[in-house]
Amino acid sequence: MNSKKIRTFRSYLFILPALLLFIIFSIYPFIKIFQLSVYSWDGIMPTMNFVGFFNFKDIIFHNPIWWRSIGQAGYITLIALTFQNVLALILALICDRGIKFGQGYRVIFFIPPVLSGIVVGLIWNWIYNGNYGLLNHWLVQLSKWTHISCFANLQRAWLAEPKTALTAVAVINMWKGFGWGFLILLAGLQSIPRQLYEAAKVDGANAWQSFRRITVPLMIPTFGIVSILTILGAMQIYDIIASTTNGGPAYHTEVPITRILSAMQGNLQFGYACAMGLVFGVVLLSVSLIQIRLSRKLNPVAV
Amino acid sequence: MILVSLACVFPLLWMMSSSLKTQSTVFSDMSLLVLKPCWQNYITAWVKGNFGIYFLNSVFYTIAIVGGIVLISSLAAYAFARLKFPFKNFLFILLLAPMMVPIPGGFVALYVLLNKMGLINTRIGYILPQINAGLAMSIFLLKSFFEKIPRDLEDSARIDGCSRLGIYWHICLPLARPALAIVIVYNVLYVWNEYLLAMLILSDKSLMPLTRGLMIFHGEHVTQYPVLMAGMCIATIPIVLLYLIMQKRIVEGIMAGAVKG
Repeated sequence: MNSKKIRTFRSYLFILPALLLFIIFSIYPFIKIFQLSVYSWDGIMPTMNFVGFFNFKDIIFHNPIWWRSIGQAGYITLIALTFQNVLALILALICDRGIKFGQGYRVIFFIPPVLSGIVVGLIWNWIYNGNYGLLNHWLVQLSKWTHISCFANLQRAWLAEPKTALTAVAVINMWKGFGWGFLILLAGLQSIPRQLYEAAKVDGANAWQSFRRITVPLMIPTFGIVSILTILGAMQIYDIIASTTNGGPAYHTEVPITRILSAMQGNLQFGYACAMGLVFGVVLLSVSLIQIRLSRKLNPVAV
Repeated sequence: MILVSLACVFPLLWMMSSSLKTQSTVFSDMSLLVLKPCWQNYITAWVKGNFGIYFLNSVFYTIAIVGGIVLISSLAAYAFARLKFPFKNFLFILLLAPMMVPIPGGFVALYVLLNKMGLINTRIGYILPQINAGLAMSIFLLKSFFEKIPRDLEDSARIDGCSRLGIYWHICLPLARPALAIVIVYNVLYVWNEYLLAMLILSDKSLMPLTRGLMIFHGEHVTQYPVLMAGMCIATIPIVLLYLIMQKRIVEGIMAGAVKG
């Protein structure tokens, strides 16, 4: 029996490094968030003040900027869910038809997702710039070309004006993100058996009917995956914000992650920041649970 | 289609062409083609902008972190796929849990932990948490790949006197090359582009990776656009090249993953 024990012990050695790292850098911080969230602590002093659920109360009832930041991340997410994914779906549908250079488009569409959010943000920072940005330059050219002056009047510092900043950021996020949706949707489309379409054609269905009756129902699981990934990604947007507006002008592009960071680094409220993280985690979790419910309900196969 | 592709590529081309313009032409000349390329920007960025150091740091971190992920996750994945031991399923689910549960505030607690361990502003403090962050997905991918390797191969090796570690190293790991390639590429993309942890943990310029360096440079020399663009090219071109070389694998990986999931 002793040799069996040694064998088991040796088996554990295989997973030991992974387990050690996991316990130190995942489980310990996970527990620590809960612990810190009921304290008031500046991150430096050895003493922490126990405050119970005060942090949570304050976040939930007395922190309008926090809820605003969630709303703004929600706005970015909504734009990503609608415009970005509809665009991705249309492009995937075209690509699925087997057009020329389909492979090439696939490669190109996935370039933006490969880039760092910082690089993307800094490029767009310049495109949107009010004094020498590319977008304004084009608007001037366009109005010269068409002799319609309202294009030139649209010129502005896109990221610095409260009215346009959030949408401008959402557009950057869309530019960076649609390649993901495109690839996953295309994979879903390609897994639909071609015979179904042929049979529908024989039965006299037009393109819209076969899209409505074959593609959409069979794609619902894929739509589910894409929307979950979009929601989790866009709600936790940070790099693009950090490299463009950093939450400004006047909180107009604040998102939860920037709020948590500023509670932690700016105000040295570590406990408060942890509580924010937990509240945000609960928000995310409930959104994705609702989303899973929804796609189950819509999915006729998986009931 | 063509329009969207143009929209995807144009900002990049513009970044590259701007990196070759001079400070005086960059705001007036909006064309893509640069007749007199000013390579000086790259030298300025590399030497004065510290991008040489940032670049080497990024390369170092990427190799260290991805190497660590590959080694540790493949060992664990092999054990989960082939070996028998108590609590196997429980441990497997536990290790994969981070893939399902989002913990947006995790970095606060991570910072506190690293501070306690004295690892703030050290290379190892930046490397270890990221190895851990890459483990879940890699273990998941590799385990399902290892399970597909025919057992006969391992049995014959065992008869020839190969130990379990030897089987893992000489048989399973080389056979798992396609899966390893996916694991490597994904984690390289992730690590190379990482910013949040670099911002929290590293405050010495000599330790920073490119993403962090770009933000520092952007903050210190707001108007030196050509040099900034050169720095961005240094940060972008290697990763885009890697993507173009490996794009078949990446695309296949996503497509296979999406259909399964």
